[in-house]
Parts: sequence; C-alpha cells; structure tokens
Amino acid sequence: MSKRNIYMDHSATTPVREEVVEAMLPFYRELYGNPSSVHALGRTVRRAVEEAREKTALALGAEPTEIYFTAGGTESNNITLRGAAKKRGKPGHIITSSIEHHAVLDVCSELAAEGHRVTFLPVDHYGRVNVNQLQAAITPDTFMFSIMAANNEIGTLQPLAEIGEVAREHQILFHTDAVQLVGQLPIDLKSLNVDFLSLSAHKFNGPKGIGALYMRKGAKVTPLYCGGGQERKLRPGTENVPGIVGLSLALELAVAEIEEKRKRLEALRTKMIKGLLAISETILNGHPEERLPNNVNVSFKHIEGEAILLGLDLEGIAASSGSACSSGSLDPSHVLSAIGLDHPTAHGSIRFSLGRGNTKEDVDYLLQVVPRVVDKLRRISPTYHA
Amino acid sequence: MYNERVVEHFSNPRNVGELPDADAIGENGSFKCGDTMKIYLKIKDDRIVDVRFLTFGCGAAIASSSMLTEMVKGKTLDEAMEITNQDVADELGGLPPLKLHCSNLAADALHNAIENYRKGKGKIETA
Repeated sequence: MSKRNIYMDHSATTPVREEVVEAMLPFYRELYGNPSSVHALGRTVRRAVEEAREKTALALGAEPTEIYFTAGGTESNNITLRGAAKKRGKPGHIITSSIEHHAVLDVCSELAAEGHRVTFLPVDHYGRVNVNQLQAAITPDTFMFSIMAANNEIGTLQPLAEIGEVAREHQILFHTDAVQLVGQLPIDLKSLNVDFLSLSAHKFNGPKGIGALYMRKGAKVTPLYCGGGQERKLRPGTENVPGIVGLSLALELAVAEIEEKRKRLEALRTKMIKGLLAISETILNGHPEERLPNNVNVSFKHIEGEAILLGLDLEGIAASSGSACSSGSLDPSHVLSAIGLDHPTAHGSIRFSLGRGNTKEDVDYLLQVVPRVVDKLRRISPTYHA
Repeated sequence: MYNERVVEHFSNPRNVGELPDADAIGENGSFKCGDTMKIYLKIKDDRIVDVRFLTFGCGAAIASSSMLTEMVKGKTLDEAMEITNQDVADELGGLPPLKLHCSNLAADALHNAIENYRKGKGKIETA
C-alpha cells in the first residue's frame, strides 16, 4: 500500500471549505467598510453581518438577537462564566464537570480563587455526568451550570436535555460549551433549556479566530470588556466581518449536510473502532454509542502517545494524543484520568477525529499502518511481552 | 519540533532489546510523565562491550536511549560515568526545551546500571 497523507485531527481544527473562503474574500477586498459607519459601504457590510447573524440563529433554532459573535469558543466561555459571576456581584456556586475543556475549567478555577465555590462533578467511566449527582450538588446559591455538550477528547455526549430540565426547575443558568458538537449533530435551542452556548467556526470547516455565543433572551451577564457598542456591548470592538460571514456560511452548509455526514462518519468510525480493537491490549475510551460521530479514542497499552503520534506522522497520518508529552505538561489528560484510566494507559491514548474529507480508503490505510506502528513501539517497550 | 537526527534515531533505534547475559542492568524513570528506560550492559575489563535498551516514552525518550547506546559502546566505565543527559541531547543535535527535563533520561539509566554493577548487584544469574 502506498503512502497517503491523512488528516484525522478534525477535533483540533478543520480545513476551511472553498465556498467559505470565496464568500469571505470580498470582505477583505471591496467590502472593507466598517459596519458601524454611516456611509453606504458601511451599511452594506452591516447588512452582511446581520444576515450572518440570522443564518447562524436559524441553524441553531435561535433568534438573531440571541447570537453574539466572539473570537471563538474560549472567549464565549469566558464572557459567559466570568460575565455571569460579575453580574451576580457576590460569591456563589457553580457546577461544572471534571472533564470540561480548559477554556471552562480554568475559568472556573479562577472564579474559585476569587471567592466563588465550584463543584467539579465526577463522570462515569464513559465520561458521562450523572444528572442525579448534579441535582444533589445544587445549593441555594448555585447560579450556573456549565456542562459541555460533547467532550473534545473522548467524544462522549452529555444529557443536555435532562440537565436543562434540572436547571429550569431550580432557576439556574445553564451554559454549554458546544464547540465539538455544533456542525456534527443537530441542535435545536428551542427545545433545549440552554441559556448560553459556545461555538467555534474552525471546528466546522469555517475560519479560525471567530466564534459565537448564544445567549437566551432574558439571560444577562456583565460584559468583560468596554470600549464600544458592538455586539450589543457584550463584545465591543470592530467586528471580524470576513470571519462572521465565513462562520455563518460554514454553519449553514454543515447543518444542511449534517445527517448525511453523520451517517457516513459513523460508518467509518465503527469500522475504525472495530479494526483498532483487534490490536491486542487496546481499549476504547469514551462511550461506545453516545459519542460524536467523528470521534475515535483508543489507548494502546505499553507505549506512549507522543511516540505513536510521531510514528503515525512518519506514515502520513495526523492524529492527537492525551499523553503528557504531547500536551506540554507532565500530567496525562484530565479527561482520561477522570474516566479512571491509570497513568500508563492514559499516556498511550490516541484520538483520531474524522472530518468531511475522510474516505473509506483513508480508514483502510489507517488500519494497515496503526498495527505496524504499535507493534514496532511495543518491541521497544520494557513492559510489553508478546 | 524534532530535528532529523532525532527522528532518524526514533525511526531506526539502535540496540533495541535485552541482553540475556548482561553484566549490569540499570533503570531510570520519571514517575510523573511515565517515561522509563531499562539498559543492559555487557562489560569486559571495565569496558562496555555490548549494550541494549528498552524504553517506554515519547519520541525524544526513544531517540535519546538509542543515541546513548551508540555513545557508550567501547567506553570504559569511568568514561561512561562522565556522559551526561545533556551530552546525549547535544549528540542528537538538540531536543525541544520541554523534553530536556522529562524525556532525556538515558544517561541516568546508564549510571544506574554502572552503579549496580559496581555494587555487585547488577549481575543476573545465567542459568
């Protein structure tokens, strides 16, 4: 089999669709106006921004006035959590999960350092939050839940509808970091009791550096920045117009093909999981069914993730790992630790995340290469005995 | 992030495996990041005549293990004791800064083997 170049790291980022690039370009060229300007050029650009807002709202089942453009998922999370804490004005209680992205975890830790109480809910060995535990953690001063829609490492989906019901019953704000879910699975904010939702364009074949925050009508936070009236003062600063246009088109296109893509990727995912688990001493991380259609996360025992990544990279395959060496810290991923993996097993984890461009041939190639790379490294391992 | 030399040693590691008749065995690991290296030495007249290794770790850990085994062959024990982790990294043409403290353990494993040998603990029973 000849060498191929395969990108299977779509949970890190995705290539921008050609149609999206094309739609953005005029806003770097002739349509360079500032949407806040009074003149015709400004008004034309303003119209494009508002059309993008409508498109984005439509794709999520929201109202245009509930969509705020931001710089991405991290900023949306910060605006929500820090903004809600600021609005509250006195110490309170936040419930989140122990497997959130650092863009939520670190904000919560900082809020804790500032005097708020934060409960980091444990998860089961699939990575799911237990709604009864969530309910039991509520105290009279609980003002916010922040539970991610789908985990970025292991792909596990959280019971958003049930969490939303608990939030409504107790009149607690509910934020979900849906960066990995949006564009992968349908979402209808009319039927979910979610007050805040964060999304990021580059996860669904849109540009980097642009995201959005859905904030339900009536929900309020205190803005973190001042300096202008843009995005109804929630996110002041001249709008990233090309990004906004790109985000809205990428989202519209992703949602239009969501069912087709889901079926196709789920079939590839199932084939990959089956093929990878045929390698001895390999385990699947995350839930077998309640997971993102594009996520495969496995641990190969006795070998280390960064070495596996390097071995795969030399064979043309791009993936990622939750091992310490690849994360830039000394600890393995907090997600893999939270689902109960011991350190060596967590160190040997690899995430393959599929995207639009992946084909059956990619998966066939991958299933040829991975056993070879794993076997080669295991022969060097002091703990492996064939 | 890795230079070609590191990638080359990672791709084609030298002296992989165990020595069934090793005169000394050494081990070193970082409990935290999980990297572990085991080194096997064949010693004759205070000189290292053969060497093998097994390593659990990232690309840098494997490459530095491999490089060290090339550096020590034919060296006296005193000379081998002088080799530092930095020497191994230098011989590889450098490692990314983060890797210098966590994955660059090969010289320590070597020193451990020699210390074991000198203490007379390193000998394994040959059946």
